[in-house]
Amino acid sequence: MVPISYYLVLSGILFVCGVLGFLIKRNIITIFMSIELMLNGVNLSFVAFAAQWHSLSGQVFVFFVMVVAAAEAAVGLAIIIAVYRTRETLNVDQVNLLKL
Amino acid sequence: MLHLILFLFFGVICVAGAINLLAQSHPINSALSLIVVMGSLAAEYLLLGAEFLAAVQVIVYAGAIMVLFVITIMLLNAGAEERTKGSRVAILLGVPGVVIGAVLVAWTLLFRSNTTSVTIGALPGGPQEIARLLFHQFLLPFEITSVLILIAIMGAVVLASRPDAVAKRHATDTPKAMPELVGAGKER
Repeated sequence: MVPISYYLVLSGILFVCGVLGFLIKRNIITIFMSIELMLNGVNLSFVAFAAQWHSLSGQVFVFFVMVVAAAEAAVGLAIIIAVYRTRETLNVDQVNLLKL
Repeated sequence: MLHLILFLFFGVICVAGAINLLAQSHPINSALSLIVVMGSLAAEYLLLGAEFLAAVQVIVYAGAIMVLFVITIMLLNAGAEERTKGSRVAILLGVPGVVIGAVLVAWTLLFRSNTTSVTIGALPGGPQEIARLLFHQFLLPFEITSVLILIAIMGAVVLASRPDAVAKRHATDTPKAMPELVGAGKER
C-alpha cells in the first residue's frame, strides 16, 4: 500500500529536475530533453490521479500528452537542425537573433 | 511492503537518472539517462495499474522519441557544452527558488492532503477499457491529434530540408537534370 501522494511527490521531483535543466543547461538539445522530462513528470501525476479517482480519463490524457510530445519532438528537432545549419552552434547564448 | 519497496526502487532509479541528466555535460549521456528515467517511469505506471500505458511509454517515449533525439545528436555531432555567464545567473537565482517551491509542494502533498492508497495487482487500465474510452468519449480529440501529427510531419520535412536543394529542385524542370544527386552517387 503506497499513498498516492508519494507518486505525486515523485512527479514533482521529476518536474523540478526538468525546470532546473531548462535553467542551467546551455545546449539546446539538452534543454529540449529537459522539456520531455517535465512532460513525463506531468504524465506520472495524471496516472496517479487516475488511480486516486478510479477513472481512466487521466490515462487517456496521458496518450494525448504523448502525441503532443512526439509532434513537438519532431518539429523541435527539425528547428534545431535548421538553426545548426545556419549558426554552426548549439549553444543557446549564441542563438540570439530570430532571423535565420 | 513489497509495493513500497518496488516504488522506492524504481523511484530512486528515476530520480538518479534525472539528476544524471543535469550533471552530464555531453548530450548523448543526457539522452541515455533520459531513457533510464522513462523506463523506470514505465515500471511506476505498472505499479499504478496502468499496464497498457506502461507498454506505450516504453514503445513511444523510450523508443521512438529518444531515437529521434539520439539521431539528431549524432547528426549534428554535438559536443560537450560550455558554461557561460548567463547560466551562472540562472543557477544562482533559479535553483533556490525552484527547490523552495518543490519543498513546499512536497510538504503539502505529504502532510496536508488526504489522498488514498493504491493497491498492487489491480490493473484497471487494460487496452480494452482504454480503447472504449478513447474511441467513444474522446473520439473528437483523437481525430484532431491526427491532424496535429500530419502538420508536424509536414513542418519537420519543410524545416529540416536544405533550402538550397529545394531551390535547385524547383529551378530544374526535368527530373534527369539533378547534377548534385548524380555527382553524390559517383563520389562514393
